[in-house]
Amino acid sequence: MSAITRDEVAHLARLSRLALGPEELDALAGQLDEIISAVAQVQDAASADVPPTSHALPLTNVFRPDEVRPPLGVAEALDQAPAAEDDRFRVPRILDEE
Amino acid sequence: MTSSELTHRTAAELAAAIASGEVSAVEVASAHLDRISAVDDRVRAFLHVDVEGALNQAREVDRRRAQGEPLGPLAGVPIAHKDVFTTRGVPTTAGSKILEGWIPPYDATVTERLRAAGLVILGKTNMDEFAMGSSTENSAYGPSRNPWDLERVPGGSSGGSSAAVAGYEAPLATGTDTGGSIRQPAAVCGIVGAKPTYGGSSRYGVIAFASSLDTPGPFARNVLDAALLHEAFSGHDPMDSTSVDAPVPPVVEAARRGDVAGMRVGVVREFAGEGYQPGVLTRFNEAVELLESLGAKVSEVSCPNFTTALPAYYLISPSECSSNLARFDAMRYGLRVGDDGTRSAEEVMALTRAAGFGPEVKRRIILGTYALSSGYYDAYYGSAQKVRTLIARDFTAAFEQVDVLVSPTTPTTAFPIGERADDPMAMYRADLCTIPANLAGNAALSVPCGLAPEDGLPVGLQIMAPALADDRTYRVAAAVESALTARWGAELLTKAPSLV
Repeated sequence: MSAITRDEVAHLARLSRLALGPEELDALAGQLDEIISAVAQVQDAASADVPPTSHALPLTNVFRPDEVRPPLGVAEALDQAPAAEDDRFRVPRILDEE
Repeated sequence: MTSSELTHRTAAELAAAIASGEVSAVEVASAHLDRISAVDDRVRAFLHVDVEGALNQAREVDRRRAQGEPLGPLAGVPIAHKDVFTTRGVPTTAGSKILEGWIPPYDATVTERLRAAGLVILGKTNMDEFAMGSSTENSAYGPSRNPWDLERVPGGSSGGSSAAVAGYEAPLATGTDTGGSIRQPAAVCGIVGAKPTYGGSSRYGVIAFASSLDTPGPFARNVLDAALLHEAFSGHDPMDSTSVDAPVPPVVEAARRGDVAGMRVGVVREFAGEGYQPGVLTRFNEAVELLESLGAKVSEVSCPNFTTALPAYYLISPSECSSNLARFDAMRYGLRVGDDGTRSAEEVMALTRAAGFGPEVKRRIILGTYALSSGYYDAYYGSAQKVRTLIARDFTAAFEQVDVLVSPTTPTTAFPIGERADDPMAMYRADLCTIPANLAGNAALSVPCGLAPEDGLPVGLQIMAPALADDRTYRVAAAVESALTARWGAELLTKAPSLV
């Protein structure tokens, strides 16, 4: 049985906001199946009593002093925007029309 | 000095020559820019050469020297800068179409420190897209070439940087190492590359791949130069929340000392056998014998969980990448595709990401999304995190017995371009030996240890040390380099083709 189906890959692509074509989905499904089968051995290596590590070093929250600093100016912030209008980023519609 | 003599000097020699007035920083920069013009159409190390910026930086160093201002130990030395670091006013793509033409409004901390140290940034080097790969073949702008054999890969992801240094286009280069992306290209190009302790060098302004693993580090043609660069850009950065607030380990002193008498060296038992090229193991075993002859106490050490490092890495790094790359949403910067007034923001986002990301990046985003999804999280991401604990424990146990661990840096020498392009798992295996140090956050380094007899291509010796003991890797590497250079009569790279 395959570890991952083409339908699952299509679902993951939607979640990942990737508009993949049918050929890409076919290719990816085969490759992901192979990769997931190969990496699944982590399940055998780790027993329940081993604590997970998310990070190599102990993490502590870091704060900086709450000082006012000059921010990026409007012109600089918008300089690389795909589209801008009236000192704002112009984006495609984010709500349905109805 | 002639232009060719300048490009073949070490960084330390160039800095001394500039400081003494024997040569100007502008002459040094020009010599390297000329070399880039002469060879980079074949090597393809650079995505962007910043001629004006480099000459301006060099003029500034010459001006400071003329006015008697103090110069740092690398002032005026040219450097090739991986295109993953943001550079204010200079295009930065991370090897991706989604960032084609992007000009960052700020400098990465590493970039800022290079500039402050008077290093002359020649340009930005090619890389696998978003640092995902081991060959630069995943670059949206085409692969770089290995100066030893232009039909072979220079390693990756920092392959443009390793090719630039091995091709004498720059004496120094920056890289980032997430699973081996500095050490592996250094090994297959016959140069030195170091992955500092995680958190020892700043990630601020490094376009993120896997944040718990990404580590900036140096490339050079010799151990001392690598140490000088390591020292120049490392150290605590308040702009990086995972930066370690500790002094930079004394890497330059260690590189100058280079003695291993009495050091305990452990050979990792698991990194040999099937899948390893015989000539790689031959040179590796000779390097171990050499260390013994120099007075090191060599023993074999078992790290049983290292064999599971590769699968754990290929769950952890895609998981982190799937989250990090969500920022490429086509709204504030970068590519935007399909915004014709009829489509929603979400549709534009999905079209842009499909058009802007290459196959390997898509593969990893999907894999990471899968490993993090409800129902699979515990089985995949959760288990991989447990393996990470086991690998850290293996290191802890090993470093109770020995001061450093050694292994081949890569299982094979440089492979031909195209050979592994359609086989992701074969490509991933290039990082077999380098990944454990990333998962545990240790210091590690690759130093040349000879040419494999069967193909005449460079082999790297990997040296791993505990976190914040980076100096030990330099000490061992300097000892190996000094003994082998004496044996060869010159540095290994002198055996590479001249390219001109």
